[in-house]
Amino acid sequence: MRFAFEEEQLRFRDSVRGVLERVCSPAAVRAVWESDRAHDPARWRALAELGVLGLLVPERAGGLGLDEVSLVLPLEESGRAALPETVVDTAAVAAPLLAALDGWKDADAWLGRIAAGDTVVAVGCDPNPWVAGADAAELLLLVHAGEVHAVPRSHVQLERLPHLDGAQRLFRVGWTPAARTRVADAERGRALHAAAVDRGALACAAQLLGVGRRLIDEAVRYAKQREQFGHAIGSFQAIKHMLATAQVRLEFARPVVHRAAFAVAHESPTRNRDASHAKIVAAEAAALAARTALQVHGAIGYTWEVDLHVWMKRAWALETAWGTSGWHRARVAAAVLGEERHP
Amino acid sequence: MDLTFTAEQDAFRAEARAWLAAHVPTTPLPSMDTAEGFALHRAWERTLHDGGYAMVSWPVEYGGRGCNLIEWLIFEEEYWGAGAPGRVNQNGIFLLGPTLMEFGTSEQKARYLPTMARSEEVWAQGWSEPNAGSDMAAIRTSARLDGDHYVLNGQKTWCSRAAFADWIFCLVRTDPKSERHKGLSFILVPLATPGVRVRPIPQLDGETGFAEVFFDDARVPRANRLGEEHQGWKIAMATAGFERGLMLRSPARFQATARRLRALWKTRGSDADPALRDAVVRAWMDAEAYSLSTYATASRLLAGGTIGAEASLNKIFWSEMDVKMHETALALLGSDAGLLPPAAPGEAAGWLDGFLFSLAGPIYAGTNEIQRNVIAERVLGLPRD
Repeated sequence: MRFAFEEEQLRFRDSVRGVLERVCSPAAVRAVWESDRAHDPARWRALAELGVLGLLVPERAGGLGLDEVSLVLPLEESGRAALPETVVDTAAVAAPLLAALDGWKDADAWLGRIAAGDTVVAVGCDPNPWVAGADAAELLLLVHAGEVHAVPRSHVQLERLPHLDGAQRLFRVGWTPAARTRVADAERGRALHAAAVDRGALACAAQLLGVGRRLIDEAVRYAKQREQFGHAIGSFQAIKHMLATAQVRLEFARPVVHRAAFAVAHESPTRNRDASHAKIVAAEAAALAARTALQVHGAIGYTWEVDLHVWMKRAWALETAWGTSGWHRARVAAAVLGEERHP
Repeated sequence: MDLTFTAEQDAFRAEARAWLAAHVPTTPLPSMDTAEGFALHRAWERTLHDGGYAMVSWPVEYGGRGCNLIEWLIFEEEYWGAGAPGRVNQNGIFLLGPTLMEFGTSEQKARYLPTMARSEEVWAQGWSEPNAGSDMAAIRTSARLDGDHYVLNGQKTWCSRAAFADWIFCLVRTDPKSERHKGLSFILVPLATPGVRVRPIPQLDGETGFAEVFFDDARVPRANRLGEEHQGWKIAMATAGFERGLMLRSPARFQATARRLRALWKTRGSDADPALRDAVVRAWMDAEAYSLSTYATASRLLAGGTIGAEASLNKIFWSEMDVKMHETALALLGSDAGLLPPAAPGEAAGWLDGFLFSLAGPIYAGTNEIQRNVIAERVLGLPRD
């Protein structure tokens, strides 16, 4: 029992943070809001060069062959930076899904291209109906009646769904399942689908931790600098206590997310429950951080003129991605109320 | 990261589980805040000690077992899972004990720790005063050096366990000219000392869980001072760190409460109130989160890290969780919730007392408002007011 990251994992997180501060500044994210495309090939390649995109890609296909415990901290950083690209869907969900598709001859080629940052692979399945980044994707992994299909973008119809979070690109995907696109039958597909949902929920939870961290940090920075009644507002207990409460919620979501990473990586019997638990508490922590940060900022926070809304809206968007909190609560409830003996 | 237990850890768990199954009293002991219950809890501590389980994390020479923090957490899981009694000497074993190990002389450790581990001497805490609650640095109880003795005058209050305990550890002013947190010392006082008078105070549950303690020219040997003279504040802050942090409220206690709540839901829950079902699941999630956080902290400490102001995060989390869990239980019990024995149904046992006790959590060991100030200033770096 050792619930801690390795030095190497912490150093990796630091280098990801450093690169994202350079290639994914708040100004860059705001530029995405004004642009047609969210996907920036240069930013995507920077993530590939770091090893983030190929982290779950097996070594045989050109990746690092590591697991979710190594990915969870870089994902937190991607949330902290409000990264617009679909690192959740491509790196955290599609890559291990492709790696598990034994028998599909093209899988390794796609994996290699993911690791190299040459392509985007999007994923569409319940309970994540709107497909993120489908416009930038070359391949979509779609689930139909338990089967997994690998469908080139040219074979689907995309309807862009404008979203509150202007850095998200969500699509309704129209497509027709065919024998030639099927890469896993229903029996195999159900297990792959379940694993994909756990990984998607875990990855969103990790991003939510980063979003929550950034929101609290922004609010603290503002509270130190903004003066009213002749004092920095951060010296007032009303402000302090709000921020402390948000900090408590965030710090107690963190180990839940990290445990879920371990459970998913090691295919623990409790991985469904643990991933759902992580998604619920990370979303709550980020939502509270968003409310708190807005209140601390006051009226200026209620504008597009400061960056705050970039992270607030990401918090709300991630709350419904890869299963709403309600969907995950039902899953935890079923697992917990069905359990018998400790521990 | 490895969240699995080693074969040795599993074996330790099995051994502790078997011992507890054979020794834990089959019916709950009376409240430790009654004379009879206090004596029975003290006897239970002796049984625990004879079995080698009184203080598993302490060094063997002081009556412990030399376990590391992970093994301590395993033991706690088994202890509360077995429904074993509350620890009557918790002020001693969880607060003063670790403080003594850090700041005590070797004579003091040898003198106090083994008798503490056996609960031959049960300890009370003497910090708060009528005008020094949250503002603890306003302490006025004085200790004047006279030859080889300190002469104590003043009053302590809300002293947990003082009604029946043997000793009290006090924070007192040794420098009469000093102000605030300077000039305080940490002194260990036998409650039987002439000039010490204890007035028990009934708590919300009607039992005398704490007391006022009056000092009227009470003479205490100079050797009873822990740490250097006038450095008591620093030592008290270390004790407070243990109190708010890892030791006082181990996660297993709340996990056991969450499991009892789930059992209560199964007998008393109804689909008519899905909010209560959610609250039962929430209790499980919160207790799990607290346990995971504690394993992370224990791992960090084992790797040479320290616990500082973040202990305040723990204190807020567990105390608020405890209140919510008990509120949920009372809601499940409905109109039976307020009934006392013998009118109360069997499944109500412990919930009402637990609820009342949970309400003290956000107050003792530094109110949660003080903890929020600590988090804001020392974790988030906001300016002092």
